[in-house]
Amino acid sequence: MPVNAIEMIDITKIFPGVVANDRVRFEVLDGEIHALLGENGAGKSTLMSILFGLYESDSGTIKIRGKEVRIRSPNDATNLKIGMVHQHFKLVHNFTVTENIILGLEPRKGSGNVDLAGAEKRVAELSARYGLAVDPRDKIENITVGMQQRVEILKILYRDADILIFDEPTAVLTPQEIDELLEILRRLRSEGKTIVLITHKLREIKEVADRCTVLRRGKYIGTVQVANATESELAEMMVGRTVSFRIDKKPCQPGELVLKIDNLTVIGSKGVPSVRGLSLDVRAGEVVGVAGVDGNGQSELIAAIAGLLPVKSGTIYLKDKNVTSSKIRDRIQAGIGLVPEDRHKHGLVLDFRLDENLILKSFRKSPYSNRWGFLDFDATARHAEDLIAQFDIRAGSGPATPAKSMSGGNQQKAVIAREIDLSPDLLVVAQPTRGLDVGAIEYIHRRIIEERDKGRAVLLVSFELDEILNLCDRIAAVSKGSVVGVLTAEEADERKIGAMMAGVGAQRAGEQNNEEGGAHVR
Amino acid sequence: MSGFFKTILDMLPSVLMIVSPILIAAVGGMISEKSGVVNIALEGLMGIGAFAAAATHVLLESQTGLSIPIALLIATVAGMAFALIHAFASITLRADQVVSGTGINLLSLGITVFLCQIIFHQERTEPFRLGMLPGWGGIYPTAWIALVVLILAWYFLYKRPVGLRLRACGEHPQAAASAGINVVKIRYMAVLISGALAGLAGASLVLTQTIQYTVYTINGAGFIALAAVSFGRWLPKGILGSSMLFGTSVALAIYMVNIPSLRVLPSEFFSVMPYIITLVTLVIFSGKDYAPRAAGQPFDKGRS
Amino acid sequence: MSARSSVSLQDRILDKFTSSDALVSVVVVILGFLVGTILVAVVGRDPGGMYSAITQVLTGWDLRRGVWNARYIGEWLVVSMPLILCGLSMAFAARTGLFNIGAEGQYIVGLTAAQFVALYGPPIPVLHWVLAVLAALLAGAVWGGIVGILKAKYSVSEVVATIMLNYVAFFSSRFLTMLIPGANTYRTPNFPTTALLDSPFLQGLTNGSRLNDGLWLTLLSVLFFWVVIGRTRLGFSLRATGLNKEAARYAGINVNSGITTAMAISGAFAALAGAIVALGAFTYGRVLGGQDGYGFNGIAVALVGNSTAWGTALSGLLFGMLTSAQPLMQSRQIPKEITSIIMGLVVVFISLRGGVRMLLEWRMKELARKGRVSE
Repeated sequence: MPVNAIEMIDITKIFPGVVANDRVRFEVLDGEIHALLGENGAGKSTLMSILFGLYESDSGTIKIRGKEVRIRSPNDATNLKIGMVHQHFKLVHNFTVTENIILGLEPRKGSGNVDLAGAEKRVAELSARYGLAVDPRDKIENITVGMQQRVEILKILYRDADILIFDEPTAVLTPQEIDELLEILRRLRSEGKTIVLITHKLREIKEVADRCTVLRRGKYIGTVQVANATESELAEMMVGRTVSFRIDKKPCQPGELVLKIDNLTVIGSKGVPSVRGLSLDVRAGEVVGVAGVDGNGQSELIAAIAGLLPVKSGTIYLKDKNVTSSKIRDRIQAGIGLVPEDRHKHGLVLDFRLDENLILKSFRKSPYSNRWGFLDFDATARHAEDLIAQFDIRAGSGPATPAKSMSGGNQQKAVIAREIDLSPDLLVVAQPTRGLDVGAIEYIHRRIIEERDKGRAVLLVSFELDEILNLCDRIAAVSKGSVVGVLTAEEADERKIGAMMAGVGAQRAGEQNNEEGGAHVR
Repeated sequence: MSGFFKTILDMLPSVLMIVSPILIAAVGGMISEKSGVVNIALEGLMGIGAFAAAATHVLLESQTGLSIPIALLIATVAGMAFALIHAFASITLRADQVVSGTGINLLSLGITVFLCQIIFHQERTEPFRLGMLPGWGGIYPTAWIALVVLILAWYFLYKRPVGLRLRACGEHPQAAASAGINVVKIRYMAVLISGALAGLAGASLVLTQTIQYTVYTINGAGFIALAAVSFGRWLPKGILGSSMLFGTSVALAIYMVNIPSLRVLPSEFFSVMPYIITLVTLVIFSGKDYAPRAAGQPFDKGRS
Repeated sequence: MSARSSVSLQDRILDKFTSSDALVSVVVVILGFLVGTILVAVVGRDPGGMYSAITQVLTGWDLRRGVWNARYIGEWLVVSMPLILCGLSMAFAARTGLFNIGAEGQYIVGLTAAQFVALYGPPIPVLHWVLAVLAALLAGAVWGGIVGILKAKYSVSEVVATIMLNYVAFFSSRFLTMLIPGANTYRTPNFPTTALLDSPFLQGLTNGSRLNDGLWLTLLSVLFFWVVIGRTRLGFSLRATGLNKEAARYAGINVNSGITTAMAISGAFAALAGAIVALGAFTYGRVLGGQDGYGFNGIAVALVGNSTAWGTALSGLLFGMLTSAQPLMQSRQIPKEITSIIMGLVVVFISLRGGVRMLLEWRMKELARKGRVSE
């Protein structure tokens, strides 16, 4: 009789303001590969963090191999032979593969010294047994991301893990490395391991998973036999028929070309291209949306447009001006406005007042400062009062309110107010409604449409499909740093976009992905 | 030519005498920083050790032949005790490590002379009659102590499990924590050891190079040790080399009167050399960062 | 926020405490004095002597003999001036997010430059010392600016760079000053009187103390700091850089040039301190035998003054009071180092402030995470 390796029953986990897991059910059979599918924010990572002891659930039970257990820390999980391969590796960059694997559980010689030779042998054994090709002597900083991931896997195998949790393992891999990983997963299964695969990549689920559980907005949706479900069906379960607040908008009347991005390549923080040969245009009077799962190059794209990251190759034109290598201040002058995705880190100086934040980009100009370089506090306050009225910003002490005491929604309104006030030709908006309440979301959406109707070009980057579908006239789906397909508002629906975001190539994908060898194009 | 080399050889014991305290303190600094805690209080901790040693020795020298080893021991313990303040502030209370280290430097200057006033009724310790005596070849025992300390440090850092864990704490404490390692305990241990070694270094300095402790005794040796750690790229072999370099430069400043060819240069030239060299190397090696990656950042268990 | 209900009273007090910076400074100073008082008592001396010395310095009133002498007040101000300026030096850099502990070296550079111009400059009244002061400011700006460039262009830590430059300044100053014809190993020939900052008016007012025109320069500096940081474009961009470097970059502010400018101005403040000491408290140039220490103590001054203009001024007066009371304390059997101890303790305590705040935030997050938040 097939045994349940893992049973999570009625798991609920609430963070301030959000129900991450709502009475979720999760059962995994012994020896299977079980995929956990859902969009960003669906609750998959939270659920597995509970299983691995990083969080404790508010209610519900966990049974491992039929026995009820309490997992209070990763040590408890490790003792239960559960191991987790995190999305962000926990490897010491200048240690060798072996040193990273044995850290904390070092084999000793009789003298008490670390038995490095013995450890290397054990690593080589594990490596051969599970098909995880690594050189025990390599330093982490010198090996590829795919190999680093194998080291993470070896870490948990070294501790005799039987249940292996993989958190979005293919997010950082190249197509060849993805195929190698899938092969490794099959090998691990044949060795009797139980695997949970957190992912949103449908192709990979179809290739290796036995069963798949879908979560959406913290709720359990269902479990299917992967062999019997199509990718479209899975996409539909993932994205669902949700209630969307459609906005009435006038038909789009696109004007001149404002933003032209041509074959852009940008190197990300890991040293590999995050944006690969991306091309996109935005015209005045239209809202173009960039839809995709986090980590497919959107942040780097925005940084390149704003001037914060250098461009490896390709061009960016603002109207007829080549701004590819312009300084940030010049781009602001040329007419690029940016509402960044992290308003606390990049948008506002929280320790400044509201009125100071509102002139953060324009403080050098009159009337905020005069010929001698002195600031005009009255003009600054008046300006703030004006924007407070225009944008309905709730600030307890008016212009002098410290930014950090304002609510998230009002902080975001302040950032948007500042950008729109500069009358940019191009308004780039990233994750504008992240973490905001319904009222603020509604206001900001309305405002974006207003600006579009005034003739601005708007580039909206968001991980929320609803937002994209509501606001955009054209939608570009990106995956792995390039545009996978572009749909107009009429053509687009959740299913099609969800599929594109999840890496299922539409017919157009072949042209964009030729430099990746077309490995994951159907 | 041979005269030149003979002079160098004659200078060797003096050079080693000056290098030894720097090396001992540098080993302490290396251990602390490798565990992730920046310790710019080395200067102050050396002062504590120097004072403790000078005071102990002068009080005991007429009563026992063991006053020097006892002095070294007391200095080591004193350094460790003061380092506890820095450890508690930086590790448990997540203080700004640079500020707390600066505070300890200020505190040390104050407390040592304060105690001199109480015990000796003057702003310095009473001069002792006889400091540490040189041994074989005119080389002071502190040189051997320094060598042993260095070798022990290398052994524990690179051959024992505790060393592997300590180094992990300084590079990627989250990785260490997820491997079940108690980062806080290891960092405390490292800071206390660095305090002990700094105390020992201060004691070595005062017992070999001078006859009493004053505010001018340490005069930057702790900062030179810090620079030696940085220039030596936080590696035992490296800091051996950099300590030798800096120590030789300091020694030259004092002994250059004996080398005619070097007398054309002002003594300040040699005094200034270690600092200029450090600055230059910092600029040249600005691309790669050899410091332990997590050094200076309080360990936040909350972050995953 | 329902999170608050599960937060203990203790946590809430701590939160209030750590969010008011002035309150923290006051408490920290009191704590420092408390420990100092206990320490003095423990070693068998009378702590009352410490406080009567301080009173005498502040008011000129000798409690033991019932005599009043304004000279003490004058000397208090004399010692406070370089402390305030070195505090302003570190404070200015701190507002830009930099930890400039090189005030000692910048002070030396200013002092040396002032001495040179005093000996070689044109002996024209007023012009002479003005030139000397300007030379000092320039020298300090260069010395600080170097650190700024190293940090902006090469990411060299300003902590290490400033310590190194302190020593370079010290030895270079000795070397250069001894080159002056007629100089020996500890002093130069006398300055022409036109180079001095002394003020017969102020001297008369304070019964023969060394109080000099540096007082007005110091006041001007405090005003300058306050105006530039709080009321100019430059101050705005520097503050933004110091509070959130990334947001400043996003807004188009040139962070690198801001860092260099801030370090240059910071160096100039400390250099002015050197010039005031050189031309106000001495009539001849000195070959420095050791570090005067104003630069290092300036660190404590800025920290307690929370890097604001008037806070630093007050804090400088406080530490000046402690320092100038030292000889009086000695005469009352209290080792004068108690002031260094108090200052050191104050710095250590202040370093805890940021950490305590971080700890509190972490605890709040942990409580929320452990699901003890009721919805």
